[in-house]
Amino acid sequence: MSESPSTATEALRLAQQARNRVRFEEEALELSDQVYRVARRLAGTREEAEDLVQQTYERAFRSWQQYTPGTNLRAWLLRILTNLNIDRGRRDQRTPQTSSIDQLEEAGDYVLYNRLESAAPEANPDEERVDERLSQDSIVDALSEVPHDFRDVVVLVDIGEFSYADAAQILDIPVGTVMSRLHRGRRILKKNLADKVAA
Amino acid sequence: MSDWCEKCEEMMQPFLDGTLSDADVAEAERHLALCSWCAKRYRFEERLRRYVRVAAAEPMRPELKARLAALRTPLQ
Repeated sequence: MSESPSTATEALRLAQQARNRVRFEEEALELSDQVYRVARRLAGTREEAEDLVQQTYERAFRSWQQYTPGTNLRAWLLRILTNLNIDRGRRDQRTPQTSSIDQLEEAGDYVLYNRLESAAPEANPDEERVDERLSQDSIVDALSEVPHDFRDVVVLVDIGEFSYADAAQILDIPVGTVMSRLHRGRRILKKNLADKVAA
Repeated sequence: MSDWCEKCEEMMQPFLDGTLSDADVAEAERHLALCSWCAKRYRFEERLRRYVRVAAAEPMRPELKARLAALRTPLQ
């Protein structure tokens, strides 16, 4: 008994779909280090970051057909991840009052250099090794203390190396908002670091 | 620190991001050529950005990588 033409066509279609699915999963897995790097700095702890990444891949593999081939897969995965992070209610994450955010940001862009210079007047912070003045832990801590709306953008752009347009799409906010939160977030990060130098 | 320096501080992030207008870039460059006080702070910002990217990186544990690989659809 031979197969009818329509059954054969259906079999071919399913085979093609299976190949597309395998290719999607392989491409997504190749990006996992980059996805984790962003997740780790968005989440409070390593365990939370690992849960977020795992849930992201579970959801991505379930809804892989919603991804448009040829578009930015890394941004698509991060969109899922940031939505999951927001859905979690960002447990354990600080939400400072707007007034204190304004105060942090008012310190300006030169605040950290000025603090380093006054802490050691004979040194030039622009010529020294940055890692000798600021420990890796101090960077991680200062970043974790940036309010999450600002931190999301700083992490995506400065650590994840996403474009403004990609960050805007991932967070579902206008590009102008990405730029203003990025500038304010970097200032808050530097103020936090400056406070640690003084401590 | 002059009014010029204050303006230069405001322009630092867009300058380094490459989002300033040509006219503002030219203005910032004129000031930076004359003002080592601001030029040092711009140099430091560039180095700080690179360092933040490196310092914030934490490799994924192999256990997680294995868990993700296990999520793949089994081959028929």
